[in-house]
Amino acid sequence: MSRPIHAAAAALLAMAGSQALAAGDALGQTVKQPTNWTAIAMFAVFVVFTLFITKWAAAKTKSASDFYTAGGGITGFQNGLAIAGDFMSAASFLGISAAVYLNGYDGLIYSIGFLVGWPVLTFLMAERLRNLGRFTFADVAAYRFEQTPIRLFAAAGTLVVVAFYLIAQMVGAGQLIKLLFGLEYWIAVVIVGTLMMVYVLFGGMTATTWVQIIKAVMLLGGATFMVFMVLWQFNFSPEALFARAVEVHPKQQSIMGPGGFIKDPISAISFGMALMFGTAGLPHILMRFFTVPSAKEARKSVFWATTWIAYFYLLTFIIGFGAIVLVSTNPVFKDAAGKLLGGDNMAAVHLATAVGGNVFLGFISAVAFATILAVVAGLTLSGASAVSHDLYSVVIKKGTATSQDELRVSRVTTVALGLIAVVLGIVFEKQNIAFMVSLAFAVAASATFPVLFMSVLWRNCTTRGAALGGFAGLITAVALTVLSKSVWVDVFHNKDAIFPYTSPALFSMTAGFAGIWLFSIMDNSERARRDRAGFEAQTVRSETGIGASGASGH
Amino acid sequence: MEDDLVQRIKANPEYHKLVARRSRYGWTLAVIMLVVYYGYILLIAFNPGFLAARMGAGVMTWGIPIGLFVIVFTVLITGIYVQRANGEFDDLTASIREKAL
Repeated sequence: MSRPIHAAAAALLAMAGSQALAAGDALGQTVKQPTNWTAIAMFAVFVVFTLFITKWAAAKTKSASDFYTAGGGITGFQNGLAIAGDFMSAASFLGISAAVYLNGYDGLIYSIGFLVGWPVLTFLMAERLRNLGRFTFADVAAYRFEQTPIRLFAAAGTLVVVAFYLIAQMVGAGQLIKLLFGLEYWIAVVIVGTLMMVYVLFGGMTATTWVQIIKAVMLLGGATFMVFMVLWQFNFSPEALFARAVEVHPKQQSIMGPGGFIKDPISAISFGMALMFGTAGLPHILMRFFTVPSAKEARKSVFWATTWIAYFYLLTFIIGFGAIVLVSTNPVFKDAAGKLLGGDNMAAVHLATAVGGNVFLGFISAVAFATILAVVAGLTLSGASAVSHDLYSVVIKKGTATSQDELRVSRVTTVALGLIAVVLGIVFEKQNIAFMVSLAFAVAASATFPVLFMSVLWRNCTTRGAALGGFAGLITAVALTVLSKSVWVDVFHNKDAIFPYTSPALFSMTAGFAGIWLFSIMDNSERARRDRAGFEAQTVRSETGIGASGASGH
Repeated sequence: MEDDLVQRIKANPEYHKLVARRSRYGWTLAVIMLVVYYGYILLIAFNPGFLAARMGAGVMTWGIPIGLFVIVFTVLITGIYVQRANGEFDDLTASIREKAL
């Protein structure tokens, strides 16, 4: 998942009303730094290496199945790393460590929020998804229903999520390149757009997965080294590290407990729901479940993903404290006014210099940028599959399209999405886009998750109920986000927000579930009768996987 | 999937055993996870002073081990589920598949 921290930072900002955190959001405007040739060289090495992988992957990408799901040939462990790669964005690395740097304990609270959705996804959805699906989550949602309405809904939901995410990523890339490489904004947007098109276009899911894995390993390795170096200075005693941090931090002992994170319980619960169930409804994450050959491997994937993500959050917590101790006390990293050079988001980057010198700084900067690249590739692939598989192959061609036709359409869509992302990335440079990722999470939690959940687990769910209820959740999530502070006040410059809470999820998820329930029980059509009759066969397959094999379809 | 295959699987008592056991297990663990997480959030909302209280003479507060516990618990509970599902449940599934096909 790409930049969860922005959702978090936006939420935290609204809840805490803290000015400091505004600066803690990587999406904010950044100041161009001197050109960093070490970082650029290391990033170039990464690019060359991944292009070789793409070349290798391209030779294996012959059918639509190879393109969407790497032919179902990814192992659980590899897929777990790739999912973790989707989740550990540049912004979560820089943003969470910056939040810990600024406020201490509160940074930990929201990293926990991003983690707790995974077990629930594992227990209730993961193997059913693998057993019913083929290429996209719409295969699961539409399993026993009339295809056209459900696919239209699924494609709409996917494209809304992907569009907002992509824009947020593109703008983040532009801001980061100014900070880390000292290059112009537009250069970053064009580089990210071009490389992502190359990865997806030629290497499909195989290349995307491997880019994701490499980036995850680099990020985890780099962060582990930083934590090791920090703890080493304190003889591996966390107490000694915390004691020193309390001594030098302006907020002193209060960094060791909850601060302003939760002011209003409704916002807290609503935001928690968006994170928890949004994770289980993001199309590019769901798609990853179809890259493994069996339910067993799907379960292993989530276990490994959860493990690596949890480990990553533990590391960022220590990195934040390390920055308090080693960066905030060192005048080299500060400007004349005593602020961190390049803004508070640079806490982890400065810590890299403090513990590993210029070469390690270059490494961490290259990793941060590589991270964005990996995430946008996953998003684009997911958007392209919604268009080529759900819209073109199923809705337009009614399942008569050949694998080659489908592949061609997904490649055309990839190019189109890449161009759109570059243009919008440049258009949105100066806009306040902090709401975009929270919106993507809210839509995933309120539209895709309820439809998936009800279609798989509730016998009486019908085509009409799923499609109308799904759109109800989608529209409510978008409308309430527009009326909330992050758009109504921060983008449209109205005085007060109409919707008072940080996240719409509590209300929009309710709208989604209630809509599905209501429109289903009122549905007495002939189609509804067949929808309900199909539940039995669907359940047998979702529970046993019989009828579903590897990457073959239904 | 053909109707007779569905009927054959449904006639197998092992299938019902699998579904009942696994769904009870999955829902139980999901509820435990929700209780742990929302318990933590409610603790922050209603009694932040407890989490900010020092454990001993040092600066370490109760909030740190409790927060770390939630993280580690998340990994452990996922591991516990996957362990049983990949063993017992998959064995049952394999046996059902064998009898049905």
